Amino acid sequence: MGKILVLAEHDQHALKDVTRELLAAAARIGEPVAVVVGLPGTGDALLAELGAAGAKTAYVAETEHAEDVLATPAVLALETVANTVDDIAGILIASSVDGKDVAARLSVRLNTGLIADAVNVEESDGTVMATQQVLGGTYSVKSTVRGIPIITIRPGTIEVTQPTSAQPSKITIDIVVDPVGSGQVVARDEDEIASSGRPDLRTADIIVSGGRGIGSKENFAIIEQLADALGAAVGASRAAVDAGYIEHKAQVGQTGATVSPRLYVAVGISGAIQHLAGMQSAKTIVAINKDANAPIFQFADFGIVGDLFEIVPQLIKAVNARRSDELINI
Amino acid sequence: MNVVVLIKQVPDTYGERKLSPEGRLDRDVSDVIIDEINERAVEIALQLQEDVGGEVTVVTMGPKSAVDTIRKALAMGANKAIHIVDDGLAGSDALQTSGAIAAALKTIEFDLVIAGNESTDGRSSAVPAMLSERLKVSLLTNLVTLSVAQGSVAGTRSVENGTMEVRASLPAVVSVAEKIADPRFPKLKGVLAARRKPITTLSISDLGLFPLEAGGENSWTQVNDVIAQPARTSGTVITDDGTAGTQLAGFLAAAKLI
Repeated sequence: MGKILVLAEHDQHALKDVTRELLAAAARIGEPVAVVVGLPGTGDALLAELGAAGAKTAYVAETEHAEDVLATPAVLALETVANTVDDIAGILIASSVDGKDVAARLSVRLNTGLIADAVNVEESDGTVMATQQVLGGTYSVKSTVRGIPIITIRPGTIEVTQPTSAQPSKITIDIVVDPVGSGQVVARDEDEIASSGRPDLRTADIIVSGGRGIGSKENFAIIEQLADALGAAVGASRAAVDAGYIEHKAQVGQTGATVSPRLYVAVGISGAIQHLAGMQSAKTIVAINKDANAPIFQFADFGIVGDLFEIVPQLIKAVNARRSDELINI
Repeated sequence: MNVVVLIKQVPDTYGERKLSPEGRLDRDVSDVIIDEINERAVEIALQLQEDVGGEVTVVTMGPKSAVDTIRKALAMGANKAIHIVDDGLAGSDALQTSGAIAAALKTIEFDLVIAGNESTDGRSSAVPAMLSERLKVSLLTNLVTLSVAQGSVAGTRSVENGTMEVRASLPAVVSVAEKIADPRFPKLKGVLAARRKPITTLSISDLGLFPLEAGGENSWTQVNDVIAQPARTSGTVITDDGTAGTQLAGFLAAAKLI
């Protein structure tokens, strides 16, 4: 088995969860090798965490432009490592907004194929094969690449491995980043969902989504209350987003987030194909809608026809009651 | 300022979509339309044109039928079009597609290329970034606002945990997200005018591509297996009798979901 390069995503101080997932995926198909691109000092800050997540080696490229130049530093670092290290069998990158840019540009530089948004990777007879879910999760497609495969992996789809205490060997690489000719970052702004303490929509275990049936921006609070009772992320149908009940980031569906949580609770959502394309791979689907003919009921494991404003408060109460029962039993 | 908008014909996401055993889109079962995100890209290009002048050229790669997609963009107000069309291109992957589009763009002058952030069929988001790399110009992706001034393009870029203000010098390739603009509806006058607007068609040989650079047979990515997921079936559906919320909590507890 060859070396699998993993582009580490981090916030300069700590790894993002997806990096541990990428390293776990890399271990399935070869020897995990991390590539870290960051501000000066980042490599040493992340080395122990990378080792714990399974990296045997870490190539570190540090540059003052790590935060203010888009994609180019990572493309240069990966290109450098790919062209100097022998026996590379694959390159794994997070299927994030930044990761997708890096992977696509690298694919041209190295003149090798790209498989986007994979949910699994495996190795057989020395060939790396990636699985994608396509057309709204209605098909699962396995593909290979001529040459070294570059694969972006959907966050939240790969189970992480048990932490180890190994310290990876650190190899410093030099890159020269010229900001001219690259996209540049002028300012950053973190949004409310990210700081709300709720789980991230794309990787959440449980999601509560509201649709047009919620009726108003004010009423959408009922979705947030149910989400908090269940420890869930908040989602929405396109109709709810278009009506201005909630921001676009919460949109689940063909043109929003694709999610596959353990539990998806659709409240006041009719279940247009557009929406189903983003959530039908959820393990369990629950639907609450006043229209008995809503298409969502054809997909739901448990459906309730009725007034959501009666049902949801009762559900929140029942969930909280079970929680406090558990606490008493402990 | 001359703007190029990349557009694509895709199966309607409101209808049935199927893959062939080779992993290609089965165009016979689906209604094909212009990808909605492309209409938004054309809209923002037309708004830029209203501000600073210049021409808007739409570029697509696809079968002959993709001319309908071109007409739609021309009816909205784009000035002209390039249609990359050749049977030998069928089944091309993103790397090959970006190569063909890059070759087509070398036949015209442009300052800015605008693409959608993600097509509704392939969803790889790869072509804009690959194109920027091939053309050796700067790249800004996933923009929700876009403005052009003094030789540079700027905007707000949506990312997982928030937004960032970004800029790049022209020429550049950008991709735009759904929030960028609501597309205008073509007026009858626009539809009629579209019939007279020039569409240049380019084949593999016109583009000077090597045969190995085009088509599914020579694709960098090869599909090994296509598995249709079993359709979901309906479970228990109850009508609320005043206790449905409690019953649901019981269902979730039994399934160990709470």
